Amino acid sequence: MAKVTIDGQTVEVPDGTTILQAARMIGGDVAPPTMCYHSKLKTSGGYCRTCIVKVSKGSDKDPRPMPKLVASCRTTVMDGMEVQNNTSPEVVDARKGVVEFLLINHPLDCPVCDQAGECHLQDLGYKNGGEGTRFDFERRTFERKDIGDKIQLHMNRCILCYRCVKTADQICDGRVHGVMNRGDVSEISTYIEKAIDNDFSGNMIDVCPVGALTDKTFRFKSRVWFTKPMDAHRDCKKCSGKVTLWEKGDEVLRVTGRKDQWGEVEEWICNDCRFDHKKITDWVIEGPRKIDHKSVISQNHYMKLAQPHYKKLDK
Amino acid sequence: MGKKLLIHNDKVPGIHTLEVYRQHGGYASVEKALKTMSPEAIVEEVKKSGLRGRGGAGFPTGMKWSFLAKPEGVARYLVCNADESEPGTFKDRYLMEKIPHALVEGMITSSFALGAKTSYIYIRGEYFYVARILEAAIAEAYAAGFLGKNILGTGYDLDLYVQVGAGAYICGEETALLESLEGKRGNPRIKPPFPAIAGLYGCPTVVNNVETIAAVVPIINMGGEEYAKIGIGRSTGTKLISASGHINKPGVYEIELGLPVEEFIYSDEYCGGIWKNKKMKACIPGGSSVPILPTELLLKTAAGEPRLMSYESLSDGGFATGSMLGSGGFIVFDEDTNIAENLYTFTRFYHHESCGQCSPCREGTGWMEKIAHRIVHGHGKASDIDLLWDIQKRIEGNTICPLGDAAAWPVASAIRHFRAEFEAMIPKTELAH
Repeated sequence: MAKVTIDGQTVEVPDGTTILQAARMIGGDVAPPTMCYHSKLKTSGGYCRTCIVKVSKGSDKDPRPMPKLVASCRTTVMDGMEVQNNTSPEVVDARKGVVEFLLINHPLDCPVCDQAGECHLQDLGYKNGGEGTRFDFERRTFERKDIGDKIQLHMNRCILCYRCVKTADQICDGRVHGVMNRGDVSEISTYIEKAIDNDFSGNMIDVCPVGALTDKTFRFKSRVWFTKPMDAHRDCKKCSGKVTLWEKGDEVLRVTGRKDQWGEVEEWICNDCRFDHKKITDWVIEGPRKIDHKSVISQNHYMKLAQPHYKKLDK
Repeated sequence: MGKKLLIHNDKVPGIHTLEVYRQHGGYASVEKALKTMSPEAIVEEVKKSGLRGRGGAGFPTGMKWSFLAKPEGVARYLVCNADESEPGTFKDRYLMEKIPHALVEGMITSSFALGAKTSYIYIRGEYFYVARILEAAIAEAYAAGFLGKNILGTGYDLDLYVQVGAGAYICGEETALLESLEGKRGNPRIKPPFPAIAGLYGCPTVVNNVETIAAVVPIINMGGEEYAKIGIGRSTGTKLISASGHINKPGVYEIELGLPVEEFIYSDEYCGGIWKNKKMKACIPGGSSVPILPTELLLKTAAGEPRLMSYESLSDGGFATGSMLGSGGFIVFDEDTNIAENLYTFTRFYHHESCGQCSPCREGTGWMEKIAHRIVHGHGKASDIDLLWDIQKRIEGNTICPLGDAAAWPVASAIRHFRAEFEAMIPKTELAH
């Protein structure tokens, strides 16, 4: 076990825990924001640099501070480590810089983006970003692409978090989905626009923190904050069958995996559940899903709205 | 005349062949090391020599070797980093082209010291003809029994391969190099784990620069203590310097560390002074990534001491008034050079070479290039210089690998020392606002 102090709060965690996981155990604002880290994906994290923190004391054994800010998702704690997140002006400024970098080439087309309202980049920008932009050049653009018949890729919105790449790598046998080119013209791509032939490919939509990968069966159907997220399950042979249904009236507009309070998928669901079961009668409704992640949906106005509907189904 | 240990035979006709190389004392270190020394004793000699990595970071080689994990039954690798891509640096090419056997010999001795049975030389794509020279040398070494099974009857086996990269600057970063060597996209890995624990194919690996490995040869031949007597303080031995820019005699020079910078630039033995009887304006002493210094700070430290060609002296004063020895890419600029235009070239380079994995470098390098482009083309804005400063500050130290720092330092130093030149390029109408 190792004792680690983050922003003045001490927590004891098993050896091998990362600073980020320890900070999430403390919870609240102590947990650094993340864009590329995903707890269910191996080797994810380290790319976006939003979760950088300052290690002001390395450990009890070696109290020297770390020379640079470190990615908390990829740095393991040591006994006696002291970490500054929001309490370090250096971290706050560097994070503001990262947000600016992530946004300079982002189209900011939230008004027409399906992800708006549940977008991690929006949350990050509101919470950690500066006002306005200092970038006055043309933004880079890409053509829209289809990855199979159910998923659309808007590369303009992509922040290259590599989450979908890791998902594809970890669910598929061959390597069909990856990054082409390099530097700021890198783009996510499949092998000659091939569909990812896997029953779990839809999870790439759920792991995408921005609106780069969207569900074509849900495109432009509704703003997410006008839908009611409900936990539901069905007996599925391929996956756990535990999903969140996004309803409008009695209609199921979208099916996604259940996301935890950090916006990360709890359990992968199969494409059958996601794309082919959009009738409310396909599902056993468990109740309204509480969205903890900071966004307009988390106002949870739907909870009241959902109640009578939920009771009706429960009878 | 300073001591030469690495390229003293470079002008001997036929030195690239094993026969002539042997006549000039070649492969003595292999015979000495494999027949009379234990691997631990070799590591000890390298530690005593005080040899520091010649690729740029200057990390003590002996210490790096002693960090190598040695779990039972797991292969260990030595990888030579011949991906010399730093603009202004061409010393490794010269060494490999002229005396390929010096590297092969160093690889055998070093691999033996580290217990590696397979070693690789990863060379950049643009050096394809050098790769052929190395391959010819390796074939000769196999034929002469210096490589392969049971080398010199000592029971030690070693296979040495040359792998040609595709010419990406980022593949000179050791973990990106290992990824590329494994046949993947050359993206730097997130450390830890360091290559000494999990490197090539997940096995413990040491990655050393060409010159570092070649320097092991004289260290074994003369002994670590003897080698440590050359040089000054913690900068021991000799160093290859790639001198380029506005000087009379550009080229690769071997110097004893501790040589005064002034002597290096103006002596006829080395650079031979500034060309066309002009004055020197500035110099980048260690390859494009290290901070540029104006003449007065290059020749003398802020404290007024003469600046020496050594790790410590060149970095004296930190980045405020100093620079770095780096890889020894010594680029001299005469009085007519426009520093802003020069910086634009560098920002373009780093933008082009960024791998795109982490956001500050991917987005920041491109942004810096766009601003530098605007300034040198006369469309700069009054706020651009401060903006450039801000961007570089937010890249530095916040990236996965040192490419972010390498892109940030030239911008920071150019603005720090030559701000007036940038201001002069901003249109007057802009400044009036």
